[in-house]
Amino acid sequence: MADAPRKPRPNPNETDFVPWEDPDAVPLIRFESVTKRFGDFTAIDDLSLDIFEKEFFALLGPSGCGKTTMMRMLAGFEAATEGRITLGGQDMGGIAPNERPVNMMFQSYALFPHLSVWDNIAFGLKRDRMPKDKIEDRVNEMLRLTRLEQFARRKPHQISGGQRQRVALARSLAKAPKLLLLDEPLGALDRKLREETQFELMDIQETTGTTFVIVTHDQEEAMTVASRIAVMDHGKVIQVDTPARVYEQPTSVYVADFIGDVNLIEGTYTRPDPDHAEIAYAEREPPLSVEPVEGVSIGTRVTYAIRPEKIMVTRDRSEDQRNWAFGKIIDIGYLGNVSTYHVELANGQMVKAAMTNSSRIARREFTWDDEVWLSWRETAGVVLTA
Amino acid sequence: MKRFALIALPYGWLVALFLVPFLIVLKISLSDTALAIPPYVPTLDLAEGWAGVRAFFAELDFENFAFLTTDDLYWKAYLSSLKIAVASTLMALIVGYPIAYGMSRAADAWRPTLLMLVILPFWTSFLIRVYAWKAILAQEGFLNQLLMGLGVISEPLTILNTNTAVYIGIVYTYLPFMVLPLFAALDRLDESLLEAAEDLGCTRMKAFWLITLPLSKQGIIAGSFLVFIPVMGEFVIPTLLGGSDTLMIGKVLWEEFFSNRDWPVASAVAIILLAILIIPIVLFIKNEEKEWEGET
Repeated sequence: MADAPRKPRPNPNETDFVPWEDPDAVPLIRFESVTKRFGDFTAIDDLSLDIFEKEFFALLGPSGCGKTTMMRMLAGFEAATEGRITLGGQDMGGIAPNERPVNMMFQSYALFPHLSVWDNIAFGLKRDRMPKDKIEDRVNEMLRLTRLEQFARRKPHQISGGQRQRVALARSLAKAPKLLLLDEPLGALDRKLREETQFELMDIQETTGTTFVIVTHDQEEAMTVASRIAVMDHGKVIQVDTPARVYEQPTSVYVADFIGDVNLIEGTYTRPDPDHAEIAYAEREPPLSVEPVEGVSIGTRVTYAIRPEKIMVTRDRSEDQRNWAFGKIIDIGYLGNVSTYHVELANGQMVKAAMTNSSRIARREFTWDDEVWLSWRETAGVVLTA
Repeated sequence: MKRFALIALPYGWLVALFLVPFLIVLKISLSDTALAIPPYVPTLDLAEGWAGVRAFFAELDFENFAFLTTDDLYWKAYLSSLKIAVASTLMALIVGYPIAYGMSRAADAWRPTLLMLVILPFWTSFLIRVYAWKAILAQEGFLNQLLMGLGVISEPLTILNTNTAVYIGIVYTYLPFMVLPLFAALDRLDESLLEAAEDLGCTRMKAFWLITLPLSKQGIIAGSFLVFIPVMGEFVIPTLLGGSDTLMIGKVLWEEFFSNRDWPVASAVAIILLAILIIPIVLFIKNEEKEWEGET
């Protein structure tokens, strides 16, 4: 069973890269109670956030949550209404986009259509009045990095979407910015290319050691590439954590629901003994056995969140799990690698359970209207109060 | 058959209304003037059969074209027209570009109104608008009254019946032809390109020169040709607003036709004008084709 869609990159050199847990670490970027209003609309609401050097930081949220506004404030295209943003300790207020050590990769790529790939990449370097041979070297280095050497003389409309994406990346990296902003960088690519490019992005981020901030609404993309994810909603950051923690230990129903698939069961929290807690969610169902949560008083209404892949579907009741439920299969979603079973409990509660299809030919074990037992561990779910 | 009919219609139109008239003018330019109706010889007499056709062609010659080189009036008129056309195209570009730029950067709600304002003058007769300029620019016209009223000048300016008035009239009349293609080009410009340029270290001004201007090149070329080509043969504006020293080939052409009643020479003048204009027209069409290719 897949515990999480994909873990952050298993890089032996960076297993200890957790500057956000080091109280002495100085963040590269600080948002200090930043508010941004457009007329009556509050795009960013009193937001504070630290991003550290060499991080691959993802801003994740539905459209209109303010993630793009945050990125545009970092680039200098928007000014904060209140609060301040610092980059490397320097207040960025009033500093024009062309004077910031920040480059951006645009969602539309914004490649200059009248310039060749080579000239697009050289554009920023020429503005810095870099000597000609230095520009030459740097552009060639960027072309190598993004594997675009043979397209240097082409115009943007003569290359494919994936190649254009790499040109945009090369152009924004050419000036070796302290911070690279990526606005939905892979949105225009098809799924296969997108997945390849995600790993390419991670490689490039590692090679160059640049701090990346990526804006995306695609949670899978954020999970794949990011060292930390900020989940946003309505101009606020709801949770900032590593992909694994955001997935496995969401702190709110919003985050649990936004990231991946989840069953949300409402119930009343009780604690029969100090080592054990339960959630009563229906009269005729056994209470859910959970690990005790500090700070939640007995009798509180809570939401129990459990991922479908944590739930086992069996024909007979399994005795070795603490939690179980009995129900009828209403729907089966076959996705190839997994099948999702929609099981209706006696009280009408619908529970989704995902099972890996590990054997190819075997006859499907369960079918519609089958009565099945669901079971899961005590530690499989999370108790949420927010 | 249906397909043929579909193609035949526009081709028939072009042949009947463009090619045939052109051939008639070409033929007249090779004829000799005569006191007759029509005022030139030879005319084709098909009643005499093949011999008539041969006699007809035998009488055609390039005498009129040779004549045009003997009188310096003609080449001076061509040159003067060329000068006025180039200068007024440049002026229309300088005046039109900021207008088009402003329109393309205006709020979405305003854009249809602004576009309307550019097109609005077309709803009034061109002649009436040129006459209105006479009233504005005349010795006792509105402009002089206004300037004298404000105390800017004490003597009225002489503008009407000078080349200045011709330039004002031409730039005013042809400005929409410049503004509309420029607006089309600038409107298509992706705002994020300018942000990208700024992000990569350009000032706003630099971004304009490096991004906006090159990307509106097609619009500049299209607008310039749309102004240059008709101004080259312009006749009404120099006649109404220009003075006796305003020399334009359109005016010469008119005089040859209607004052001298020398149709063959007038036709020769027209043919040469067309030959001069063929080059920019071909360039213009090439530019349009390039633009279409660029979009696909």
